[in-house]
Amino acid sequence: MIWEESIWTIKLAYTLFSIIGEFFVNNELSVNFRKESTLYQEVLQMGRFILKRVVYMVITLFIIASITFFLMKILPGSPLSAENKLSEEQQEIVLEKYGLNDPVPIQYVNYLAGLVQGDLGLSFHFDSTPVTDILANRVGPSAILGAESLIVGVILGVLLGLIAAIFHNGVLDFTSTIIAVLGTSIPSFVFAGLLQYVFAVQLGWFPVALWKGGLEYHVLPVIALMIFPMAISARFTRTEMLEVLGSDYITTARAKGVTQAGIVFKHGLRNALIPLITVIGPMAVSLITGTLVIEQIFAIPGIGEQFVNSVMVNDYPTIMGTTLFYSVLFVVIILIIDLLYGIIDPRIRLSGGEK
Amino acid sequence: MDKLLDVKDLKVSFNTFSGEVQAVRGVSFDVNKGETLAIVGESGSGKSVTTKALMQLLPKPQGFIKDGQILLEGEDIVQKSEKEMQKLRGQDISMIFQDPMTSLNPTMKVGTQIMEPLIKHQKMSRAKAKERAIELLELVGIPDASTRITQYPHQFSGGMRQRVVIAIALACDPKLLIADEPTTALDVTIQAQILELMKDIQRKTESSIIFITHDLGVVANVADRVAVMYAGKIVEIGTADEIFYNPKHPYTWGLLGSMPTLDNDGYDLIAIPGSPPDMTDPPKGDAFAPRNEYALKIDEELEPPLFKVSDTHYAATWLLHEDAPKIEPPESVKRRMQGIANTGTAPGVAKDGEK
Ligand SMILES: Nc1ncnc2c1ncn2[C@@H]1O[C@H](COP(=O)(O)OP(=O)(O)OP(=O)(O)O)[C@@H](O)[C@H]1O
Ligand SMILES: [Mg+2]
Repeated sequence: MIWEESIWTIKLAYTLFSIIGEFFVNNELSVNFRKESTLYQEVLQMGRFILKRVVYMVITLFIIASITFFLMKILPGSPLSAENKLSEEQQEIVLEKYGLNDPVPIQYVNYLAGLVQGDLGLSFHFDSTPVTDILANRVGPSAILGAESLIVGVILGVLLGLIAAIFHNGVLDFTSTIIAVLGTSIPSFVFAGLLQYVFAVQLGWFPVALWKGGLEYHVLPVIALMIFPMAISARFTRTEMLEVLGSDYITTARAKGVTQAGIVFKHGLRNALIPLITVIGPMAVSLITGTLVIEQIFAIPGIGEQFVNSVMVNDYPTIMGTTLFYSVLFVVIILIIDLLYGIIDPRIRLSGGEK
Repeated sequence: MDKLLDVKDLKVSFNTFSGEVQAVRGVSFDVNKGETLAIVGESGSGKSVTTKALMQLLPKPQGFIKDGQILLEGEDIVQKSEKEMQKLRGQDISMIFQDPMTSLNPTMKVGTQIMEPLIKHQKMSRAKAKERAIELLELVGIPDASTRITQYPHQFSGGMRQRVVIAIALACDPKLLIADEPTTALDVTIQAQILELMKDIQRKTESSIIFITHDLGVVANVADRVAVMYAGKIVEIGTADEIFYNPKHPYTWGLLGSMPTLDNDGYDLIAIPGSPPDMTDPPKGDAFAPRNEYALKIDEELEPPLFKVSDTHYAATWLLHEDAPKIEPPESVKRRMQGIANTGTAPGVAKDGEK
């Protein structure tokens, strides 16, 4: 059940991501992006491109912030419901303190004003710590966990996919396809549980949980988290590489006398990896949802664990702050991927989306 | 004259799910030094497969040379290993492909693509290879070559890309240049320019050319000798004059009859009726018999051997047997032959009936 929900979250996130991505990729500036080819012009164009994109990002974030704000207001439940032991007066004091007695439009304006100054409000818990502080304290482990999983996963996945493509229809191809299928169809928390049981509880090679600095704490959660990006990249690389290897320009290269290694690495790899960049975005997004579960299982003090706890106790400012934080992450990832795409694919650099 | 290439009884097959496709069924021809041999025939007659076999670029693992010899300057290259072939490709034999839009690597600079065979085969330094690449681009008529080499294929038009492909093929001064329908994908004016360029280059470099085409007009324009292929076999081979003015095989008549000429001679174009046989199960007798209005009884039983017409002219049809009835080519074909004789060259715009 949990898995089904997280699948839905991924799908939802993916759809949202695609819509935002579509919007960014198709705007007229990216089409004209780098029409001029002198270095100065390129830098100028690049600067303008980024600037314009940042403006769009701010608009997107504003919309997301507004939606989450009003959703929080509409949804049933109250931050105080978990603490019913408070007397009427005490509740009144708390509501006053957090500005929850003001009319909703005023609250909204205050909230936005705070946002502009980088203030996400105060948490309803943890002795009213500012949400930004909570996030700052928690971001480290999540970021490290996410980055490590993404990097390791993509690298291993690309290698796996390459091997599969080179030994097309051989035993290695078969093996790597099975790994890929398992990786995409088995949820990461199942792996997490399995790894925890076998390698921590039974064999005692790694700590069962927690996050105390040593690399040994990273191994199991990173493996659990990287399975999905690894499987996706492996499948993607295999398909793309096979297609590239069958293309006309590869025949041209072979007709020039290029060696098998040259065909795969000099001519094939770059062309096969370009499309992979488009799925790194959704993969990063899915990692964020993945951390929600994995951080719980391994008791890692990251944002994901915090987010789940905040949802449990209706800590609105923290929920909103975290959502906004994730949104910022999404749009920044999209921007980076678009820029990366332009650097790697010369066709995009010059002509935008059209082929 | 010196023989550069001597192909003896070449047989090429493909293993497919529906059985063995016998794409080339015993083809013999030779190419002299400095000579242009055109191979013509309908789609699927085995032209490309023949030339891919010459370079051992057949799609692996399904395509293979079943039998025969390919002697390049007396050395049989069928026996060569993949490593030895890599030394040969781009150095002794090189190839120009049909579609310039897909035959260049989209993510590699044009200059790098031209330099690749130079660095590999001639062990040139990068700087030297770059100089040579610029020279080559100038040779194929691309202005502003020193900036052009830093550009990517998408910055070139179709005709320009085909010039680049030609430059790559010419890079190491190959003894044999194979051009597989190099002008089919281009528009008429560009076609003429590319043909002019190839003739010009042949005059300068004295390399031999195998020129594959659907277009008899192009053949009249470039070829010294012509081989006509049907269903994986050469049905008629001779000098260009012999094929155009004294064709013997009814299939050649059909090709000539379906070739448009510039001066409208009042005869309708006559497409050859029917379609080529299924190459998984080639017919017992003459493969062309079912489509041949002059077919004899014996055509259904026994394949015709190549009958000698002159020292250079051979045709595989029972009509040349001394006991066969004397049959003249149809009136429309004679008129067309006349047309070619009058204008000197056949039009460069013709496409045969099946296109
Ligand atoms: N990879 C393959 N697998 C199976 N059969 C193939 C393969 N490649 C070619 N053939 C078969 O070989 C035969 C000859 O094909 P080929 O490409 O040489 O024709 P062609 O004369 O070059 O035609 P075109 O003028 O259309 O280029 C065809 O019947 C085709 O079906
Ligand atoms: Mg062909």
